[in-house]
Amino acid sequence: MRTSPRNLFDKVWDAHAVRQLANGQTQLLIGTHLIHEVTSPQAFSMLRDLGLSVAMPHRTFATVDHIVPTDRQTEPFSDPLADAMIKALRKNCAEHGITYFDLASGRQGIVHMVGPEQGITQPGTTIACGDSHTSTHGAFGAIALGIGTSQVRDVLATQTMALGRLKVRRINVEGRLGPGVYAKDVILHIIRTLGVNGGTGFAYEYGGAVFDRFSMEERMTVCNMSIEGGARVGYVNPDETTFAYLKGRPYSPAGAAWGEAVARWRGFASEAGCHYDDVVTIQGAEIPPTVTWGINPGQGISITEAIPDPTRTTAPDEKAAIEEALAYMKLTAGAPIKGTKIDVAFLGSCTNARLSDFKEVAKYLKGRHVSPGVKAIAVPGSQIVGKLCAELGIDRVFREAGFDWREAGCSMCLAMNPDKLVGDQLCASSSNRNFKGRQGSPTGRTLLMSPLMVAAAAVTGSVADAREVFEVRERTSGDGR
Amino acid sequence: MALAKITSITGHGMTVPGNDIDTDRIIPARFLKSITFDGLGEGLFFDARKATAAAGQVHPLDDARFRGAQILLSGANFGCGSSREHAPQAIQKFGFKAVVAESYAEIFFGNATTIGLPCVSATRADIARIEAAIAANPAVDITVDLAAQVIRFDGQAAKLTMRDSARDALVHGRWDSIGELLEGREAVIATASQLPYLAVPQK
Repeated sequence: MRTSPRNLFDKVWDAHAVRQLANGQTQLLIGTHLIHEVTSPQAFSMLRDLGLSVAMPHRTFATVDHIVPTDRQTEPFSDPLADAMIKALRKNCAEHGITYFDLASGRQGIVHMVGPEQGITQPGTTIACGDSHTSTHGAFGAIALGIGTSQVRDVLATQTMALGRLKVRRINVEGRLGPGVYAKDVILHIIRTLGVNGGTGFAYEYGGAVFDRFSMEERMTVCNMSIEGGARVGYVNPDETTFAYLKGRPYSPAGAAWGEAVARWRGFASEAGCHYDDVVTIQGAEIPPTVTWGINPGQGISITEAIPDPTRTTAPDEKAAIEEALAYMKLTAGAPIKGTKIDVAFLGSCTNARLSDFKEVAKYLKGRHVSPGVKAIAVPGSQIVGKLCAELGIDRVFREAGFDWREAGCSMCLAMNPDKLVGDQLCASSSNRNFKGRQGSPTGRTLLMSPLMVAAAAVTGSVADAREVFEVRERTSGDGR
Repeated sequence: MALAKITSITGHGMTVPGNDIDTDRIIPARFLKSITFDGLGEGLFFDARKATAAAGQVHPLDDARFRGAQILLSGANFGCGSSREHAPQAIQKFGFKAVVAESYAEIFFGNATTIGLPCVSATRADIARIEAAIAANPAVDITVDLAAQVIRFDGQAAKLTMRDSARDALVHGRWDSIGELLEGREAVIATASQLPYLAVPQK
C-alpha cells in the first residue's frame, strides 16, 4: 500500500508508464491522440515508409483547423496548398479508420475546442497532439502534451512516446479577481511573473480559490498558455465543475459507467500534503487587466502602466530585449500603453474563442460600434460555438457592432489561412502569441489581451481599459452553459 | 533500423544572436503549408533575413564568411513557442549538424534530438569565447564532442552540458525512438488493459 500522498501528475504518469527505455526516459502510453492537417501528413508518410499501421485508431481523433478559410469554407479552397492538406488528412483518416470531424460534421473546430466539446478530453488521461497548445486539455486534469511530427508518428504507430518525467510546480491564485479581470489576465500575469522560460522542466498545477471558482472554459484559457511560460504541461485538478461539464457529452461515459468514471477521475486529484517541486502563490486581487507590448508573451504590463524604458534598467539582457521589442513594435518607451492606436481587432483562437468569451463580450458590445478604420473579426473556435452563438443571437450583436463574424478555425492567430495582418498593422488580439510576424505579416504587430479588452480596443480604436469603456462593475463567471 | 552514433561533430560556426528565438522566427508558419518537409531549409529565418537585408545589413545566414557553417550558436530559451518539428528540420536541412545555445525550449529540444540534431548547452561566457574565435577566423574548426562533453575550438575548450537521456540516445545511436517503442508492444497492451478508457467501444 502506498501511504505518501501523491499529486495528479505522478498518479497519471504512473498509470500510463509502460517501461523504462535504454536512455532512461519512460515509454509513456498516450490514451488520446488528437491530430490535425499541419503536423500529421509527414507522420503518416513515415508510417507508410516503415510499413506500419495505426496502433489504436479508436483512440485517435482528427479535425481540420489551421488552414481552413473562415469566410467561405466550400471546397476546393482557393489556396491549393491548403486544399492538398485537407485532402491528405481526409485520405489518411479514411485509410486508417480514424474518426475525423470534417467541415461537414457540424463538430469541426480548433482541435483544442473539439476534444473537450465531444467529451474526448477526460480526467486522469494522457493526451498528445502535434500542437503546443495541447496543454489546454490539462484543464480537465489530464497530462496533455504538445509534440513534434516524429512523435506524432510514434504515437500513431505505438500509442506511446518517449519522455522524461517532469517536475511539478503548484501555482495558487488566491482570493478574488477584480471586475474586468479574466482568465487571460491570470495567465498573462503568471507568465510575466515567472518568465517565458520559467516553466522549463515543469508541469504547472494551477489551483487556489480563483481556480476553484473558474468555469472549465476559464481553466482552459489558462492551461492553454502554459507553454508560453515554458511549461510543457499545465493542469487543474478535476472537481465537480469538471464532471458537470463532461456529463452528457458524446464521448463521455454514460449510464452505470458514468458513476464509475467519476469515482475513478476523482481519485486522480492531487492529495492534501502531496509533494511539489515548487510552490508559487499569487493574490487574485493583484492581477490587473494585462496587455503585452513586446514580442513574447512575457512582455506584458497592466493597462494602467507605461511601456518599459530600456534606459531604466541596468540588466544588459533586459535592456537588449526591451530595445529589440520596441524597435519591432514601433512603440515609445515610457508612453502609456493605453491610447495606442490599433488597426485590427481579432477575437478568436484556442485561447479565447469559446462560448463564454463571446457571451461576455456581447453583454457589453450591444449598442456599441467598431471605430472607423478598425478591421474587427470574430472567429468562433468551433462550429458548435458558432451554432450556440447564433442560437443566442450573439453573432448578431457582433455583426451589428461592425465585427466580421466568421466560420470556425485558427484564423489570424497564426495566419495559415487567408486571415492575415497587412504591413505593420497593429492588432489587439485574444490569441496567445505576439512573436514577430506571427499574424501573417513579417512586420505585423500583436498585442495580447483578454476578449473584452479586444472589444474595448475595437470600439475606441486604441488600446483601452475595458473597465472604463464598458463601465464594468462586477465579475462574471461561468462557462455560459 | 540502425541509426548513426552521433558522438562528435566538427565544422565551422555561425551565430544567430539573441534570447527567446521562437519557432515562428526560425520557420514562419506559411512554410508549414505542405504535406512534406521538403525544401524547408530555404525558409530558415526567412523573415529575419529579409528584414535584416531591408535594413541594409547582412544576416549571418546570408554572410559569405559563414557559408557552409555546420554549428549554429545562439542565446537562451532557443526554439520557444510552437511545437512545429519544421523548426529543427529547417535548421538541419539548411546544413547545420549541431546547435550550441545557453538553453532550449523543451519541445524544440525533444524534436531536434529525435531527428538526430544535437542541441548542446554551454555557458554564456563560453559561447562568447567561441563567438570571438569565429569572429577572428570564420574558418576556425569547432568540435562538439558529445562523448567527451566538451566543445573544442582554436586550441581552447569549453564544457558542454546536455540532458543525459538525449546525450545517451545520440552517442549510442538510438535517438529515433520508434524502434525501441515498437519493441515494447506487449508491455503497452498490458498497461492499456488497466485503463478502462482505452477499451475498444462496443458497436
